[in-house]
Amino acid sequence: MEQPLTKNIRSTAEPLSLKEYEKTGGYQSVRKALAMPPQDVQNIVKSSNLRGRGGAGFSTGMKWSFVPMGPDARRPKYFVVNADEMEPGTFKDRLLLEGDPHQIIEGVIASAYAIEAEQAFIFVRWAYKLAIKRLEQAIKEAYANNYLGKNILGTGYNLELRIHGSAGRYICGEETALLNALEGKRATPRAKPPFPQVSGLFGRPTIVNNAETVANIPHIINNGPDWFKDLSRSNDAGTKLYGVSGRVKKPAIWELPMGVTVRELIEEHAGGMQDGYAFRGVLPGGASTDFLTSDHLDVKMDYDSVAKAGSRLGTGTMIVLDDKTCPIGFVHNLIKFFARESCGWCTPCRDGLPWLEKILRSIEEGTGQPGDIEILEQHCKLLGPGNTFCALAPGAVEPLQSAIKYFREDFKRHLRDKKCPWK
Amino acid sequence: MLSEKELQEINTELAHAVTKASASVDALNIIQRHRGWVSDEAVKDVASMLDMTPEELDAVATFYSFIFRRPVGRHVILVCDSISCFVMGYNPLLDVIKNRLGIAFGETTEDKRFTLLPISCLGACDRAPAMMVDEDLYGPVTAEMMEEILEQYK
Ligand SMILES: Cc1cc2nc3c(=O)[nH]c(=O)nc-3n(C[C@H](O)[C@H](O)[C@H](O)COP(=O)(O)O)c2cc1C
Ligand code: SF4
Ligand code: FES
Repeated sequence: MEQPLTKNIRSTAEPLSLKEYEKTGGYQSVRKALAMPPQDVQNIVKSSNLRGRGGAGFSTGMKWSFVPMGPDARRPKYFVVNADEMEPGTFKDRLLLEGDPHQIIEGVIASAYAIEAEQAFIFVRWAYKLAIKRLEQAIKEAYANNYLGKNILGTGYNLELRIHGSAGRYICGEETALLNALEGKRATPRAKPPFPQVSGLFGRPTIVNNAETVANIPHIINNGPDWFKDLSRSNDAGTKLYGVSGRVKKPAIWELPMGVTVRELIEEHAGGMQDGYAFRGVLPGGASTDFLTSDHLDVKMDYDSVAKAGSRLGTGTMIVLDDKTCPIGFVHNLIKFFARESCGWCTPCRDGLPWLEKILRSIEEGTGQPGDIEILEQHCKLLGPGNTFCALAPGAVEPLQSAIKYFREDFKRHLRDKKCPWK
Repeated sequence: MLSEKELQEINTELAHAVTKASASVDALNIIQRHRGWVSDEAVKDVASMLDMTPEELDAVATFYSFIFRRPVGRHVILVCDSISCFVMGYNPLLDVIKNRLGIAFGETTEDKRFTLLPISCLGACDRAPAMMVDEDLYGPVTAEMMEEILEQYK
């Protein structure tokens, strides 16, 4: 089984230096890409069917194709790596950033070249201190070897790459908020259109891609679209970094063919539930995805299959709910996070999420009122898609709306008994 | 007044910055690295370097969870209170800290040694429950380990 993204990653050791990385075939895709017209690089990525690994699953090649090209395009253009990774339960990008920083840099160079960008940023969250240190070191090496800077490898292509260390706010991961953060403003999201591809950072054409998306680019350029599609077991191409956390025996991240099932991940890779704990449900792709239950264990973990089962692949990192954890306590924890991280720009999210948090807390504490479940349901609709300025609020209510659907009896029991049965 | 070193580091950032304001978070991070927190006076001094008003810069500073606008202890304990750490039990860890240091989230010990704050998912969910002290990540943390971890920070 091929594991292109993680083949160089050794969990305890330092990441590969530039020289070691080159020996494993590193930076070949830069040579290859820079010898083609940028448009051809775009076409390779488009025909590979790579879909963005940041959560929404939008076609990467398609996204790049919206960038104005040629001599009349507004410049400088920007390429930005989204390594904010603050979604609870998501811990995949950290592995790539800490474990193989040169792979990210190689991906940046080829991607930036494909859209004719001359400036790139890696946006890293505050808490990833080790990742920032290792990326800085690797960038230094890349400059010293002329993979970055002026006239890269004598091709006439120039690219500057800098790291932006953030200061801790989940909304910065939303791509338009991220652009405001990079401009040094309060990181509230922007209205779309205009889309960043046309008018992004400092009003210039900009692409924002997730770190895992970017890590795929060198391998697609080196091995071609057909190789990439063959890695997968489903319609969505490539491998995927999958993760499982919660009360399983071996919580971790694995690189596996796109389309492994929920059951394989939990039972084989994660070693099943810990002794004394039973499976009740799972958020398949981070905190802002709907629950799946034991009826969905054979669902394939690709974008369309998980969507058909009523949830989203999201980040592909799952959080397991066990029978010794109260489902209401579980969603209360999630809603508390989203309420805290709301940027406050629009009213339904700023006021609605704290209200949901209060209702859930009172149900947990045994002071819930008749009608609370209906109020929660109504708010899941009011905070759903189309009613707020960005996707934070609709994402926040996904675990809640599905918890009410699958664990309704537990909600009712709290109200009836006026206490949490798990306490 | 900004120190020689702070000025120099902020100017290095400005040399690369597309607009002066775009270096705001970097500049605030620099101040905090040197002083532990960002005072009103520092906001004023930095704002003038970035051609921003103090109010504009403060709007940025107060947006972020980890730009400290009030003094913190010599060491900052960050306990992850997100979902995987909730499932794996961060609450018992808080009880240990509370008993040992007598502080809750948002508080600083009287000897100014520790400040305790919650942090959103540390991206270490496979090592839950996880926490950071200053720049060091720990996990999975047990109640028994806590004493030993805290002892390393004087
Ligand atoms: C509230 C919120 C937070 C987000 N956080 C992240 C993040 O930390 N990392 C990320 O790659 N995408 C995040 N996204 C998705 C981005 O907006 C964007 O879709 C993504 O970076 C695009 O990259 P991709 O096309 O490579 O997937 C977030 C979205 C929302 C609404
Ligand atoms: S939905 Fe929430 S996070 Fe998004 S813009 Fe509105 S207030 Fe901000
Ligand atoms: S939830 Fe605590 S590290 Fe991810």
